[in-house]
Amino acid sequence: MAAKKNGPIAALGAVLAAGLLAPLFTGSAPGFYIEVLLGGLMAGVLYSLVALGFVLIFKASGVFNFAQGAMVLFAALALARLAEWLPGWIGIPAGYPALALAFVLAAGIMVAVAWVIERVVLRPLVAQDPVALLMATLGVTFFLDGFGQTIWGSNIYAINLGISKDPTFILPSVFQGGILISKEDLVATVIATALVILLALFFQKTATGRALRAVADDHQAAQSIGIPLNRIWVIVWSVAGFVALVAGMVWGSKLGVQFSIAQLALKALPVVILGGFTSIPGAIVGGLIIGVGEKMSEVFLGPPLVKLWDLAGGGIENWFAYVLALLFLMVRPEGLFGEKHIDRV
Amino acid sequence: MKTRTSILALAAVAATLGGALAPTTAAFAQAKEQFFPVLVYRTGVYAPNGVPFANGYVDYLKLVNARDGGINGIKITYEECETGYATDRGVECYERLKGKGPTGATLFHPLSTGITFALTDKSFVDKIPIVTAGYGRSDSVDGQVFKWNFPLGGTYWGAADMLIQHIGKKEGGLDKLKGKKIALVYHDSPYGKEPIALLQERVKMHGFELQLLPVTHPGIEQKATWLQVRQNRPDYVFLWGWGVMNSTSIKEAVAVGYPREKMYGVWWSGAEPDVRPAGDGAKGYNSLVFMAPAGKGRVHQDILKHLHDKGLGTGSKDEIGEVLYNRGLTAAMVSVEAVKRAQTKHGKKPLKGEEVQWGLENLAIDQKLIASLGFTGFADPLSTSCVDHEGGSVARVQHWDGSKWIVGADRYVADQQIIKPMIKASAGKYAQEKKLTPRDCAKELTAGK
Amino acid sequence: MFYRENGQFKSSYREDQQLLGIRQDRWFIFALIAFAFLAVPYLASDYMFRAILIPFLIVSLAAIGLNLLVGYCGQISLGHAAFMSVGAYAAYNLVVHFPQLNFIVVLVLAGFISALIGTVFGLPSLQIKGLYLGVATLAAQFFIDWVFARVKWFTNYSPSGSVSTAQIDMLGWTVNTPVEKYLMVLAIVIVFALMAKNLVRGHIGRSWMAMRDMDVAAEVIGIRPVHAKLSAFAVSAFYAGVAGALWGFVHLGSWEPAAFSINFSLNLLFMIIIGGMGSILGSFIGAAFIVLLPITLNQVLPVMGRWVGMNFSTAFASHLEFMIFGALIIFFLVVEPLGLARLWSIGKEKLRLWPFPH
Repeated sequence: MAAKKNGPIAALGAVLAAGLLAPLFTGSAPGFYIEVLLGGLMAGVLYSLVALGFVLIFKASGVFNFAQGAMVLFAALALARLAEWLPGWIGIPAGYPALALAFVLAAGIMVAVAWVIERVVLRPLVAQDPVALLMATLGVTFFLDGFGQTIWGSNIYAINLGISKDPTFILPSVFQGGILISKEDLVATVIATALVILLALFFQKTATGRALRAVADDHQAAQSIGIPLNRIWVIVWSVAGFVALVAGMVWGSKLGVQFSIAQLALKALPVVILGGFTSIPGAIVGGLIIGVGEKMSEVFLGPPLVKLWDLAGGGIENWFAYVLALLFLMVRPEGLFGEKHIDRV
Repeated sequence: MKTRTSILALAAVAATLGGALAPTTAAFAQAKEQFFPVLVYRTGVYAPNGVPFANGYVDYLKLVNARDGGINGIKITYEECETGYATDRGVECYERLKGKGPTGATLFHPLSTGITFALTDKSFVDKIPIVTAGYGRSDSVDGQVFKWNFPLGGTYWGAADMLIQHIGKKEGGLDKLKGKKIALVYHDSPYGKEPIALLQERVKMHGFELQLLPVTHPGIEQKATWLQVRQNRPDYVFLWGWGVMNSTSIKEAVAVGYPREKMYGVWWSGAEPDVRPAGDGAKGYNSLVFMAPAGKGRVHQDILKHLHDKGLGTGSKDEIGEVLYNRGLTAAMVSVEAVKRAQTKHGKKPLKGEEVQWGLENLAIDQKLIASLGFTGFADPLSTSCVDHEGGSVARVQHWDGSKWIVGADRYVADQQIIKPMIKASAGKYAQEKKLTPRDCAKELTAGK
Repeated sequence: MFYRENGQFKSSYREDQQLLGIRQDRWFIFALIAFAFLAVPYLASDYMFRAILIPFLIVSLAAIGLNLLVGYCGQISLGHAAFMSVGAYAAYNLVVHFPQLNFIVVLVLAGFISALIGTVFGLPSLQIKGLYLGVATLAAQFFIDWVFARVKWFTNYSPSGSVSTAQIDMLGWTVNTPVEKYLMVLAIVIVFALMAKNLVRGHIGRSWMAMRDMDVAAEVIGIRPVHAKLSAFAVSAFYAGVAGALWGFVHLGSWEPAAFSINFSLNLLFMIIIGGMGSILGSFIGAAFIVLLPITLNQVLPVMGRWVGMNFSTAFASHLEFMIFGALIIFFLVVEPLGLARLWSIGKEKLRLWPFPH
């Protein structure tokens, strides 16, 4: 079986690698190539942040949380607006202090949201099939979208982390004009790494983390040794909510907090497919691959296609992630790092 | 439990069906009212730009009632309908509101080129004018084919032409454009695609290179677009965005280090919600501005006095005087003036859309009228006719200095020698497709219609 | 008492296989159809036709298509609006290049083209299922969106990217008033709904349901998954294609690629969840619900606002719409996963016994 699958996997890998390296051989400036590569990696980090939330929830409860994007939006809105309103309410100085307090409050709000979701949506649907649970999280998405906009508003809100938005140019001597690096993206990468390390420590070193892993492995066995499933699910959703808050903070700082962020989170679906639904490193790697693939295809594959077929513009990155995920599904359905799923009758 | 839940659920369904099928608030046919439908988007991705425009529009309608007692005694009634910039919701709002009021809807401002395309076909049947001031179909200037469309004050072919003229001026002559690179970062919708035809004409004339970079709705993923801009290093970037796309473009321009002084937005990409999110990074960004720049005039004082000070205003006071708010004001002003003009022919009573169409086609808004309304500096003269539904289009170029817009002195008018043939060809094609017979304006004039 | 089956005996196989076995059912359905054809054209206003009845009928056709795939065959599809757009653009191109064709022929051909595309994008279902398949259908949605926005041939090289349709001509009968459009769409929807109902009662439908319930077991007893799954995709896409062509030609008149976006797909999914998965009637109920809810909210909220003394803005109505959708989906999934159609059939069961409790 493995031998039969190796052929298509190798073929797909070869095609992707060829596509990745092709621009270097077709006359693109190496400096620019590295810029696009780095840009793609940074974009991928943003996707990974959202995908982390997906993976956490799926690992622990087997539920595919379609609402992760809406949670990112809701958390970001809470953070942005609270940071704006707190100075007026309790006189805390605007800027970092208000932001820090807003962060804590927003984390609390996400925990409350997690609790409500677990109570109202998950507990009654515990025995249903995954498709029903998926639809339920779709319902949660819509509800959070509307509710968030009602409470926090529909405008574009800024989250000011104090990072300079101007680009930095490194290695101007080696490459003409230097390579463009965005400080914001660097900070995002650092935050994402910190988050992953934090999560890894949480899962490996703490008792709750161990309980979460036990539940992820086998619900019934975990229950039989006395782990309270309901409380674990609330904890998992809270952690996912916290991850959503961090993702929202990073995205909000870069793009501004607005309704459309929730739609961007749809992109995280292909990320978890590539990486595997149950793997945290998979979410990171998957995100990086998708990010790089998107930007590369848009910048290097787009223009030749436009010329070749007289298309009305590029825009390949709208579907590239999904088609890549589709190809991966045909070749390696469990993703790069996921566990093989065996069907029983 | 099951029965109770079933009954509850069925009751909810029945309530929904009943509520939807219940007759709308009965139109008291005897009331002396002029009904204005207001298509808005206060939610979704385009809300940051849609909200101030809607507030300005509604504020002016309220002002006419409060300050002037209506249009020559006829009170204005209005109803908002949320379209979310979606074409099908716009069509649905149109259908719902077109028959409201004693004489039906007065006119529609779709506020979206996509919705305009959909409503244009319906307008021939329903005979209600569609005012697309500064947007819509560029070929609808031709009133002989598009009897019911009114792109008052400007179209996108005009806007693109004005930008080219401005850049030509900067470069020292249109002939100096040869070999230059211009990138068009545009919203991937009928709105963003409109200027392409004119820009391609200008490419033929002047020999510059045009790079087309579409951005898909909602427009927050522009990293790849701007990396391509960085790769090609165009001399100028034209921005044809809307909603969140505008501010994202400016932010991404900052991130790739493209000088904002070289960016020129169309008049819908040059408002405070577009530049403020980018903070200091937006300094130097340019855009077109037509009709009303930012600022406050006598009409704003009136609005503060009659509405906001009494708590009757729409939206917050800080918006008053911003670019999009003022644009909503002028859009409403032009609509009300059209009704007034139509009343001179049809009498001082509630008018039907058909009758208002005459008013729109015979607008004669001059500086004196503008001054009397308190719009000096915030409106340009409009003079429409059967063949020209645009009425004259003038625009200036403004730039953002970090806290306010600074408007340049040069006034640009689109080159009609290029645009007129394009309009004729496009309108002719439309008439052919739809099997329409264009009107004969000369005949109508002599028949005294 | 009224809904009894007393005295209604089936004496032949043909009678036993009737779609509407109980006489009262038959009367009710015939009366409903007669009402729809004969009475509604006189009773309903223009607005009701244009904004409520025609969209409801077209959308319920698409919902039937999606229900066949998701409810009866258990394959999830998050990108059904893409198949609708295939049908719409196919119909547009047929009309542009072959203007002499009858509109019904155009619809059917557009449906077939859409079915072809649906089969192609249904191929992944042979390897993957569940929410993985959902992501594959998302790929279909975004890719097809992109194709129609970019490949100029499909929009007849229109510079604005939007297409507009001329009047519909059918054998010399020009369909341009709302009443005529309504009657045409009603006839089409009734025929197709009947077709769907018979499909699911027959051999193909049973193979779909076997695939949905336990696909491995179905394969073991000899149902070929290729046939079952791909036929489900094909038929479902056919319905979606016809519905899309009707939506573009009859309801919108002029559209751009954004008209068939992922929001439309998700709305279709909500219709069948609320209406009832695995039920043709449920598709209609769900469609009615989704079409009517925004309109109701827009009428009712200002009135309620006046009672409470608050001024509800249109923005709030829009947000409330989202919240109610979300809450209702969760409500139905928790309380009645088989949707409103199940509640309807429970009601019918109770009615058969009434006034006795059991």
